[in-house]
Amino acid sequence: MTTSPEFAITTKDMNLWYGTFQALFDINLRIKKGIITSMIGPSGCGKSTFLRSVDRINERLGYVRITGAVDVFNQNIYAPSVELSQLRKQVGMVFQRPNPLPISIRDNVLFGYRIHNDSGRKISKSDEEAVLEDALRQVLLWDQVKDRLDQKASVGLSLEEMQKLCIARLLPVKPSILLMDEPCSALDPKGTAAVEELIWELRGRYSILIVTHNMAQARRASEECIFMLMGKVVEHTSTEDMFVAPAHQETANYIEGRYG
Amino acid sequence: MFEAAPINLQNEQVQNRFRLMFGGMMVILIIPVVIILATLVIKGWPAISWTFLFTDPTNGMTAGGIFPALFGTIWLVVVSLLASVPLGVAAAVYLSEYAPDNMLTRMINLATINLAGVPSIVHALFGVGAFVIFFRFGTSILAASLTLAIMTLPVIIVSSWESMQAVPRAFREACWNMGATRWQTIRTVVLPNAIPGILTGVILQVSRAAGETAPIMFTGAAMFLPFLPNSVFDQTMALALHLFVVATQVPDIPESLPFGVALVLVGIVLIMNTLAIWFRMRLRGKKKW
Repeated sequence: MTTSPEFAITTKDMNLWYGTFQALFDINLRIKKGIITSMIGPSGCGKSTFLRSVDRINERLGYVRITGAVDVFNQNIYAPSVELSQLRKQVGMVFQRPNPLPISIRDNVLFGYRIHNDSGRKISKSDEEAVLEDALRQVLLWDQVKDRLDQKASVGLSLEEMQKLCIARLLPVKPSILLMDEPCSALDPKGTAAVEELIWELRGRYSILIVTHNMAQARRASEECIFMLMGKVVEHTSTEDMFVAPAHQETANYIEGRYG
Repeated sequence: MFEAAPINLQNEQVQNRFRLMFGGMMVILIIPVVIILATLVIKGWPAISWTFLFTDPTNGMTAGGIFPALFGTIWLVVVSLLASVPLGVAAAVYLSEYAPDNMLTRMINLATINLAGVPSIVHALFGVGAFVIFFRFGTSILAASLTLAIMTLPVIIVSSWESMQAVPRAFREACWNMGATRWQTIRTVVLPNAIPGILTGVILQVSRAAGETAPIMFTGAAMFLPFLPNSVFDQTMALALHLFVVATQVPDIPESLPFGVALVLVGIVLIMNTLAIWFRMRLRGKKKW
């Protein structure tokens, strides 16, 4: 297998079963580093399943079996030597429903930073403040929340602000990949626009893989696009090509809204 | 066109009949509670005084106070809590957060719930066999408290487990996805949000431990002791047993005395339950996830 470091996620002949049900078939993907890749496809086509196997959160279910290879920056993430905590530090996940922890905004943003602190000493207050401000500025949230950092994050924030906070809390540990599972589907159009704008801002600094049901969003907010159907990858090409000149009939049908 | 049609009147009648029935049930339920409390207060109140609460019984328990029993009950409850709370909460944390969801775990859960329904006299006999005889604690506060702890453990485990399960799964997923271990997740997210529920369960069991007679009768409570216990290896008097004794075993006793003892016992339980409810409301009020 030849992979160059320009790819963030590469898979080779990846198959995945939930018990006896096969959810993914022979997935061969090379997802480029530093850009935004979107995944589209009808419900149940395996988009979220794929996403969840890149940070290995699927394993919690217990009955998941995977064959083939999943590499992140050329490292096999299913190798026995892989420490889940380190993998999840590199690969952050944003969920469909914003899920800030029921602690203060400050503690939410610093949560990951604190548990991954391996310097062996306590993090200084000024250090924490700097990290906090940097993360909240990156997600364009600093100005809205800077006066209420000690307020509980799960009350008093709009869904859009919560989702931005959920992205912000991934950043202090310097991840290289951000996985987003329909990050805007719980938001209103204004919130969606704001979060999309943010995702576009983050482009280049992080490799972003975003699962979406919203084709307009995939078109607006991604550079490459993957179309999946029934657990298989049908097409993986630049977003522009996919929406202007899809190579497969199924892709064209889906994009035109004939099913899905 | 908007006047009531015959069908509406008929529906209204049926609805009124059901309201009457449900209301009647509620009244029937409340009556015994009111009667019990009223009798206790009316007949027992004359007996209550500072000397009643804080002096020893005299004249073969037909006069004097109840201090050794009051003191002994507090001893028993505190020692049993010291054993049951850490054990119960820890077991619940394991069952809720670590144990895989398989047959064995479900069996253990079911067994725990069933254990909560075992009659207290069975716990008493277990206590005699295990603590008094096998561990050679003799009839002592320690043996009685441990018996009470065994009796209260199942409910403490179940209520702690339930309040941990009530913490939304999304919080745990968020933690795990940032690379937190289970323990970090438990400490930062699960326990802080489960504590109101855990405390409620614990305090309700405090009142149960204070009120039970059977488990302590054979394991550490004495009918009459003219002195206070010095250590957990001494026997003690206890309110629940004292009530049984003055109500049935002692002749020529003023009527107000057993009622006074009962009133004090009910009072302690009521105060503790009220505290539990107040505490839960306070903690819940602040929590909106």
